[in-house]
Amino acid sequence: MIRESVLVTIVLAPLIASVLAGIAGKLIGRRGAHTVTILGVALSCGLSIYVLQQLLNGAPTYNDAWYTWLVSDGIRMEVGFLVDRLTALMMVVVTFVSLCVHIYTIGYMHDDPGYQRFFSYISLFTFSMLMLVMSNNFLQLFFGWEAVGLVSYLLIGFWYTRPSAIFANMKAFLVNRVGDFGFVLGIAGVVYFTGSLDYVTVFGQAEQIASQTLQIFPGVDWNAITVICILLFIGAMGKSAQVPLHVWLPDSMEGPTPISALIHAATMVTAGIFMVARMSPLFELSEMALSFVLVIGATTAFFMGLLGLVNNDIKRVVAYSTLSQLGYMTVALGASAYSVAIFHLMTHAFFKALLFLAAGSVIVAMHHEQDMRKMGGLKKYLPVTYWTALIGSLALIGFPGTSGFFSKDALIEAVHAANIPGATYAYWCVLLGVFVTAFYSFRLVFMTFHGSERFHTAADHHESHGGHDAHDDHGHGHSGPPEEAFWSIKLPLIVLAVPSLLIGAFTITPVLFGGYFGDAIFVRPEHDTVGHVGESFHGIVGFMLHALTGPVFWLMLAGVVASWYLYIKRPDLPDVIAEKFSAIYKVLSNKFYFDEINQFVFGKGSVGLGKALWKVGDVALIDGLAVNGSARVVGWLSGVVRRIQTGYLYHYAFAMIIGLSALIAWYVLR
Amino acid sequence: MIPLEHVLLLAGVLFALSVAGIFLNRKNVILLLMCIELMLLSVNFNFIAFARHLGDLNGQIFVFFIMTVAAAESAIGLAILVVLFRRRKSINVEQLDLMKG
Amino acid sequence: MTITEILFYAFAAVLVVAAVGVITARNPVHAALFLVFAFVNSAVIWLLLEAEFLAIVLVLVYVGAVMVLFLFVVMMLDINIAQMREGFTRYAPLGLLFAAIVIVEIGSVVWVKHLGGVQESAAAIAQDPDYSNTRALGELLYTQYLYPFELAAVILLLAIVAAIVLTMRRREGIKQQDIAAQVAVRAQDRIRIIKMDADKASEQTPATETTAGAPQTEAQR
Repeated sequence: MIRESVLVTIVLAPLIASVLAGIAGKLIGRRGAHTVTILGVALSCGLSIYVLQQLLNGAPTYNDAWYTWLVSDGIRMEVGFLVDRLTALMMVVVTFVSLCVHIYTIGYMHDDPGYQRFFSYISLFTFSMLMLVMSNNFLQLFFGWEAVGLVSYLLIGFWYTRPSAIFANMKAFLVNRVGDFGFVLGIAGVVYFTGSLDYVTVFGQAEQIASQTLQIFPGVDWNAITVICILLFIGAMGKSAQVPLHVWLPDSMEGPTPISALIHAATMVTAGIFMVARMSPLFELSEMALSFVLVIGATTAFFMGLLGLVNNDIKRVVAYSTLSQLGYMTVALGASAYSVAIFHLMTHAFFKALLFLAAGSVIVAMHHEQDMRKMGGLKKYLPVTYWTALIGSLALIGFPGTSGFFSKDALIEAVHAANIPGATYAYWCVLLGVFVTAFYSFRLVFMTFHGSERFHTAADHHESHGGHDAHDDHGHGHSGPPEEAFWSIKLPLIVLAVPSLLIGAFTITPVLFGGYFGDAIFVRPEHDTVGHVGESFHGIVGFMLHALTGPVFWLMLAGVVASWYLYIKRPDLPDVIAEKFSAIYKVLSNKFYFDEINQFVFGKGSVGLGKALWKVGDVALIDGLAVNGSARVVGWLSGVVRRIQTGYLYHYAFAMIIGLSALIAWYVLR
Repeated sequence: MIPLEHVLLLAGVLFALSVAGIFLNRKNVILLLMCIELMLLSVNFNFIAFARHLGDLNGQIFVFFIMTVAAAESAIGLAILVVLFRRRKSINVEQLDLMKG
Repeated sequence: MTITEILFYAFAAVLVVAAVGVITARNPVHAALFLVFAFVNSAVIWLLLEAEFLAIVLVLVYVGAVMVLFLFVVMMLDINIAQMREGFTRYAPLGLLFAAIVIVEIGSVVWVKHLGGVQESAAAIAQDPDYSNTRALGELLYTQYLYPFELAAVILLLAIVAAIVLTMRRREGIKQQDIAAQVAVRAQDRIRIIKMDADKASEQTPATETTAGAPQTEAQR
């Protein structure tokens, strides 16, 4: 039996820590700030694991309102918790990664003046994310949804003196608004058709919604559930950075690396995936919505991976890989393999957080240099980082035995088994995506840790600039070889490397095929792709052996070999290829021109529209014509009329006589 | 027996003449006042003619009141005229344009 | 054509001539006298129209009072007649045009519209031999029109007060009696009581001293 007080503590501990660190930051100092927030998150993490343990031991699903905010027209708006195995898994992932990031931050943000503020933000984020995943109703879901968006905005713009950071956080905020608009409309649709915000009530009436239709454009009937699901998914597209609302995620790398790991890789961006999985009873009823999800996800998975091939910024490569992996999860959702999506979400959270933290470690060691062309050969200077990054990369590409292998292989199998419209396209996208993933992952590893040491020239260059860059150095090793100085950076790497390597093997059997999720996830029998995969699943060893015969393994291997050949054996080749296929290279390095199109169409367009409305609508029409125009007309009219008022008595008499004769004439002639 | 129409026409002619008088003597306030007296006289003619025509004395009562008010009006009007002349040494209407808009 | 009608047309013609005289006279005094003439003629016509009381009132009030007031004012004010006549001919056509329009309109009201359906009453024709217009009017005024009659009296009083207030002025350099000041005066403003000794010498002593002192000092020297 899960107790309410435990759940409330899980949620409130990070919030209280955040408030303490944020408001009393000056009072409790740096040490106090990180102590209190880490304690808060550690408490949450411990209790989350306890709750998960209880659920695994057969405790019933907890679903109750904790506080009723207001009741309006029969719609109850409450704060409540729905804790089943899906929620518990998310809680553990979120709090665990958050804890690692908290610890890592001690080292990474060591010299930053906004130290307490940063801890306050990430604790606040943990609170928001927990509210999101533990919610038992749409309103609280939306609260958490917006709260994580807000914290993301604050953290991307954490270094608010940088114009690029401000641009990036504004971009993230605006793009997310587009998604949230759809999300709100989706929630409105749910309330419209069911009159309730509560998950269980809504899911209970799902069939009823499915039997109704909507007319968005006159004459075209839409199935209500399709409309609602697509609108909800548009929200997920914004939060989980799916094409075409993905543009904010690469730019969000302007924020400090710990939050890239926590928010923009492991947890927040997976909110969309979680939400769709949570809404599985709705999505299952609309094949069209599933197809939409599938195609969007597949497009993101493949094409965003391609962008990782040409980028040279270490964090951005990881960011594009995140985009691609989120695409994979979305594909799984579209194929009704919700459990696989969540499984991949979990493994990805560990290894992607690990990769980001490793990248952050490299960046710290390189004195905030992020360009991979100025790295190389770091293996011997940063052994811990190297080995953990290697583990992370292997997990990412799905090397047999690592956690990523199990989730990704199951995912591709599930997509293969799907037979809804778009499934074939999705299958090819994810399949080719494997090669792309392997290529850019090992390109990163090779360029950063192997090959010639290119950073000396960069370091000398750095040195020649003298002290003016020194302020963002980390106080250790202003020159000389890079080194791993902080235990707090190394510890989370090692802690995260363990689940990255092993968690897949340990959990695949119960999570995917052992009915772990129970009734938290609803799949219609004809969509049961996971079950189809399960038929050929005979233990993890068999699964691994089976993979050796499939195309996935060989594509992955081809990717690794190709990157080895290009970046270790013949480092001169990539430039030649880039020159030869300059058109493709240009498209890729310009990120398919999404930014340019957005800037031109939406940015310039809305500025132009605003200017037009200002110049024409406001200045000319409202101010000029309506306000000043009517004033001018009145002034002109008065100027004319005042001439009538000559002040001469006989003029007035004359006017009266004219009026009199006119009146009599009217009477006579009538 | 005097026909009603003829009395009314006489009143109309008187009225028209006073209107013309206002036009012609548009500078002299005294003459303007006299023309107004003439105008009131023509109106009184109408009342008396109708009173006789309809055998109704109420019309004559009206004439009585009109004459009362006219007397008061000319008394006050002339008083104002005197004050005006004292201040401006003139009763030229063309110089009285303080109310010009 | 009865004698009444002949008299009516004759006096009407004279009345119109007098009215033309009012508006065209060069001298305001002449205009006022023409107006008096017009009023007298009107009074005669009103007699013919059996409004005897009003005819007498017209002569008494207008000819006797109002027109005398006009004449008085005209003569009191020093008016430049030539300046006043400026623009007389210029505006004559316009004035005549409007006069013609008004005449035509009233004529058409009378003949074309037939007075909007007013019918002659039988009561208008026959009157008692000892019928008194004054008595009939008085009966109406003091019964049905009592309040308006009182109001008319108040209006006349108001006109008297207004005319006096407007025209009254204080001239400088003229001895006038200020009754309010006379009434408000107090005894101590007028009378000053001075206490003094009966002996006149005591008042003269210092003077004697000074006059006597000077020769003394002279002598001492």
